[in-house]
Amino acid sequence: MSKQLIFGLFLLLSLGLFTYTLFRLASFFRLTRKGFKVDRIGERITTTLLVAFGQTKILRKPVIGLMHALVYWGFMVITIGSLEMMIDGLAETERIFGSWGILYDFITASGDIFAAIIILSCFAFLARRHLMKVKRFSGVEMTTKSNMDATAALTMILILMFSLIGMNTGYLVNHRDDIVGSYPISSLLTGLVSVESAHMIQETNWWIHIVLIFVFLNILPYSKHFHIIMSIPNVFLTDLKPMTQMNNMASVTKEVKLMMDPNTAFAAPAEDAPPPERFGVKDIEDITWKNYTDSLTCTECGRCTSVCPANITGKLLSPRKIMIDTRKRMNDRGPGLSKDPNFDDGKSLVGDYITAEELWACTTCNACVQECPVNIDQVSLIMDMRRNLVMEESNAPKELVQMFTNIENNGSPWQFSPDDRMKWAEGLSLRT
Amino acid sequence: MEEIERLSEENQPQATNGAFHVPTVAELKAKGEEPELLFWVGCAGAFDDRYQKVTRDFVKILHKVGIKYAVLGTEESCTGDPAKRAGNEFVYQMQAMKNIEMLNGYNIKTIVTACPHCFNIFKNEYPELGGTYEVHHHSTFLQQLINEGRLKVADGGEFKGKTITFHDSCYLGRGNGIYEAPRKILEALDANLVEMRRNRSKGLCCGAGGAQMFKDAEKGDKEVNIERTEEALETNPSIIATACPFCMTMLTDGVKDKNKEQEVKVMDLAELIVKANNI
Ligand code: SF4
Ligand code: SF4
Repeated sequence: MSKQLIFGLFLLLSLGLFTYTLFRLASFFRLTRKGFKVDRIGERITTTLLVAFGQTKILRKPVIGLMHALVYWGFMVITIGSLEMMIDGLAETERIFGSWGILYDFITASGDIFAAIIILSCFAFLARRHLMKVKRFSGVEMTTKSNMDATAALTMILILMFSLIGMNTGYLVNHRDDIVGSYPISSLLTGLVSVESAHMIQETNWWIHIVLIFVFLNILPYSKHFHIIMSIPNVFLTDLKPMTQMNNMASVTKEVKLMMDPNTAFAAPAEDAPPPERFGVKDIEDITWKNYTDSLTCTECGRCTSVCPANITGKLLSPRKIMIDTRKRMNDRGPGLSKDPNFDDGKSLVGDYITAEELWACTTCNACVQECPVNIDQVSLIMDMRRNLVMEESNAPKELVQMFTNIENNGSPWQFSPDDRMKWAEGLSLRT
Repeated sequence: MEEIERLSEENQPQATNGAFHVPTVAELKAKGEEPELLFWVGCAGAFDDRYQKVTRDFVKILHKVGIKYAVLGTEESCTGDPAKRAGNEFVYQMQAMKNIEMLNGYNIKTIVTACPHCFNIFKNEYPELGGTYEVHHHSTFLQQLINEGRLKVADGGEFKGKTITFHDSCYLGRGNGIYEAPRKILEALDANLVEMRRNRSKGLCCGAGGAQMFKDAEKGDKEVNIERTEEALETNPSIIATACPFCMTMLTDGVKDKNKEQEVKVMDLAELIVKANNI
């Protein structure tokens, strides 16, 4: 009875905490704009199956990608076991899914094997972070916190997996005559556990495992490892347009139509028209909910930055930083802004977090979008910030201002006369 | 990809010495005719010294095949792409709406262009403002002409055994999934096609997209076009093939910077076909 009670209270407490976090996030989402339509559901499901469950994009780097994919698939299987543990804890049962027969054998066996694979992978990941110099793990945006985050999460996953194997091993010895399920890895370790200590080892590891799951769950939303929860929905919300298609600004269309229509050109604006939205993105209230979802999903893996032509050639731009800064800005300003719509801390996302110099370095090549394993769209946010620089702040490099003038006056980005547009066609002939 | 087979072949007027005139849509209209295909030349195609050559070679091919095409001539105007990518949605939409009004006024249905940026904006961004057309990039267009047997290449063996590497334009490749058509053309030329380390969806930008063409680069330790040119030169090519006016400028500059312009030529797909066919 007491185990049941303690576990019940613990579960209540952690789910309560998690709910608080969700409410906090919801209040942040409420600050963002609309502007992303969720349609083409069939295609979204296919994309999710391929990119999230199939890990196709992470596998673009085959070796390390395969290790991640194994950890991911392992998590999927082991989650079924965690669910069972929760029910066991509440109902004071033991291995309640045990009646599933061969399916249960399959689930336990693969969970047991995956636990070992995950342990090996996590050691490899730790080694990559701390012993090898992987270039994409550095950069101005990679703060100490961000690196500690990664190490802490890997350590926690390691303890989770060791405790799972410990629990299974204890169980095997404890129940030597009535074992349900199959445990190929743990059964190799039974020699290490005496019959007397078996029950204690099983129980202790059970508690370590389940407590850590909920500690982890509550830490996730405050770390880059939130991607464990966010990546599936974010992949489902992939921008399905061709990568180089930039969205149309409907607010501008309305104004341009008015300008071009001689009948309305001089009409006074309607009295009751709502104040126009700011053009582009200057601060956190201008981003769409989809931009915010992207920033929450970013795992800070740096694959985007490592293929960015601007970053490779030493410019300040780093698409990963765009995501990290967006998330950070929401954490800094969101709490104040959700209480007081006029809250102003004298800073803004563009200017104080992300500089114009970074934004102007982007070639819109979309290499970052292509490589992001969780289908984040960095470019549309960069472009929306550029739009703000140009249309609200008139802050464009002078050559670009000249280019705008050329287009308006001559219909070409260069200073050529439209009358010369057919010069190339003079004196053409085919060889006869 | 839509079939271009239906575009009829008819003999275009041509003088005995091979000289021909490039028809404009307005001229056809005066005769009560409409073109089956609009060739959108683009600003680089019209004004850039180097790219004018590509424009000329492409119309030679159109003429040779005998497709009833026309250009807009002095009525053509910037699509607005550089303005939009530089954040100026106003200038873009004004250009787009003017262009759409004209294209729809002329009843244009099918467009081909040798510029991936024009191609992308027609195909993906004009529809929302009321301009919906069947849009081809010249790379896929030429490849289909070859496929359909209307355009022959490689009889002369001009490129046999020569090493060619192809640089993917971001707006063709990642942007619109066109990776294979240009490569098929190069294979048809009997050339020795060698890939750069970063190719297809992993291709590195030339550095000109997103309106970079029209401004100085931000401070860094290298120019993007140099990084890409170095990679192209690692394949020891005789020719770096491109399918975009901006890529052509960036890589040509890169090759010059490396003092390799004698050994290595940067050429467009249309130019290669014209050369192979002696058109
Ligand atoms: S689109 Fe911009 S940010 Fe993304 S990789 Fe290319 S240059 Fe970098
Ligand atoms: S945006 Fe995507 S690719 Fe870039 S660091 Fe974040 S998760 Fe990795």
